[in-house]
Amino acid sequence: MPPAQAVGARPLVEPRPDDEVVVIAGLTKRYGSRTVVDDLSLTVRRGEVYGFLGPNGAGKTTTLRALLGLVRPTSGTASVLGRPAGAASSGVGALIEGPGFYPYLSGRENLRVLARYAGAPAGRVDTVLETVDLTDRARDRYSTYSLGMKQRLGVASALLKDPELVVLDEPTNGLDPAGISDMRALLRRLSADGHTVLLSSHLLGEVEQVCDRVAVISSGRLVVESSVGELLGLHRLVIEAEPLGEAAAITTRLLGPERVSVVGGAVHAQAGPEDAARINRALVLADVEVSGLRQEAQTLEAVFLQMTGSELAAAGPDPDGPPAQRTGRLPRRGAAR
Amino acid sequence: MSTTTETGGPGSGTPETERPASATAGPGRPAEPAHRTAGSLGAMITAELTKLLRRPATWVLLGLWPALQLVFSTVIPYVSYQRGASFEGLPPEAVLASMLPDQLVLNSLSGLPLFGGALLLTLGALLAGSEYGWGTLKTLLGQGPRRLQVLAAQLLALLVVLAATVVVSFALTALASGAIAAGESAAADWPTVGRLLRGLGGGLLIAATWGALGLLLGHALRSTALPIALGLVWVLAVENLIVNVAAPLLGAFDTAQAALPGVNAGSLVAALAGPGATLRTPGVAAIVDGAQAAGVLAGFLVLFTALTALLLTRRDVV
Repeated sequence: MPPAQAVGARPLVEPRPDDEVVVIAGLTKRYGSRTVVDDLSLTVRRGEVYGFLGPNGAGKTTTLRALLGLVRPTSGTASVLGRPAGAASSGVGALIEGPGFYPYLSGRENLRVLARYAGAPAGRVDTVLETVDLTDRARDRYSTYSLGMKQRLGVASALLKDPELVVLDEPTNGLDPAGISDMRALLRRLSADGHTVLLSSHLLGEVEQVCDRVAVISSGRLVVESSVGELLGLHRLVIEAEPLGEAAAITTRLLGPERVSVVGGAVHAQAGPEDAARINRALVLADVEVSGLRQEAQTLEAVFLQMTGSELAAAGPDPDGPPAQRTGRLPRRGAAR
Repeated sequence: MSTTTETGGPGSGTPETERPASATAGPGRPAEPAHRTAGSLGAMITAELTKLLRRPATWVLLGLWPALQLVFSTVIPYVSYQRGASFEGLPPEAVLASMLPDQLVLNSLSGLPLFGGALLLTLGALLAGSEYGWGTLKTLLGQGPRRLQVLAAQLLALLVVLAATVVVSFALTALASGAIAAGESAAADWPTVGRLLRGLGGGLLIAATWGALGLLLGHALRSTALPIALGLVWVLAVENLIVNVAAPLLGAFDTAQAALPGVNAGSLVAALAGPGATLRTPGVAAIVDGAQAAGVLAGFLVLFTALTALLLTRRDVV
């Protein structure tokens, strides 16, 4: 498990209105009686790599489709680059729910077809093929590509217009470890070049490494929107003490009820190292016997599982992970009502 | 994938303040109003033509119609004539007359109301339905064009290849009938330019109507198999049953058949063939007059296109 980071490890500039590349406000999408996206609000700022996380079926792809104008929201609004969703496509490149190409055309021909639709110069085709390292196979038919190559061609199509906003839905699907590493490097390069990247991925380790901020959704609702550093900075303090009830009451008094829970014979608190000594002193002064007090660092995966009550968590406890229950005690910004 | 030296350790996404402005976007770049831009309609049609012409199914379907047309309107009757046998109740002299250049328009188009129409409907359904099966419609729309631009490009590209196929059918039939006229020392009275142009236009109208119906079914059902199956059943079975079984028995069907696309296609071909032509191909019959048939087909073409546009613009792309 990689070490957790301190709160605020990634300095972020204060957002200005013109920094908001994607603004989703109260977005709801229903199919019949099924609500896929439920009153979702989030903001992606210019130049950041924004992770969009959620379990399967959480509504991520539907949200991204709404951003591109492929589906119409039932209610709420979504704007991209200051324009209504779907109307700002000149500045948006996207790979949504896997690559879709003509199997009888070569990779290059597929991109040429798309370039004609995009109004992109023909020279961009070779540039993006080079970017995703597909030049050697560009003349081969798409149907002969491996899953990873198809995925890379999908990323290439998203970059055809050299867009300001790049939306990538699970871009690492089908990629081998080397491909995933290359994708990570590409995302960093896009970010360094000033592109804004909206990334949906299940590979939380990758998200943790490349994203500035993340939104976690579950059952179509926003669970949290925060900087990665802020999320990972929320260490879990595990206190083993007797009597447990008094230990929990004292800890709650110090941190507030939203940051404390009793799990499996121990008090779990969302608290950093600076809180540990204060809590320990208070417990000792109250004659509570403290037999254990340890800090557990969190990964994004752990936080994700904690927040979404994921099936993974329900399947069995991860020795490095959080308790298999939903605490929902991390701070929420703009959480769904 | 081309890689660059990774900067920043794990968990250290580049802070916004450190990012350089780029030619496309960046913190230092002034916010510009975004505009929907896409290629020109011409470029989109070129893209659609690339898709159509590189697709093997296109060549199979478009090659099959002129080939079948030639076989059934010229080759088989000529073999029958050579053997001195009657063909479909016609004496050998009448069979020879039906293959000569003055019958070029009829012999080039007589398959369109039935099997030609079925093939072209299949092409339209494949063109539209595959976009959903392959997930390419969302890829195309992700590049910026409006949905109606995509439909316009699809339809116009389809019209281009259909027009070329109609011309090919005329050319093949002309070669065959010219050769027969020369070989049999028969009169080679070619149609006038005006009649030829009307024939080409009528053929394109029929072909476009079937192709547009295929596009409509493909977009409506968002697949290929079901639209093709439904289209073929309609063209090859339902219309025939209505015309040959229901209409003679029931007055309502007798009236209704005048509004069927296949019946109007057959009536238009019959009208283009001219008076006195021998109408021996199934599906070709003068049930309504030529002007009415052309009007109804044009109406169907507009209706099918409008319905497709409505579906494409109103529905989610999933």
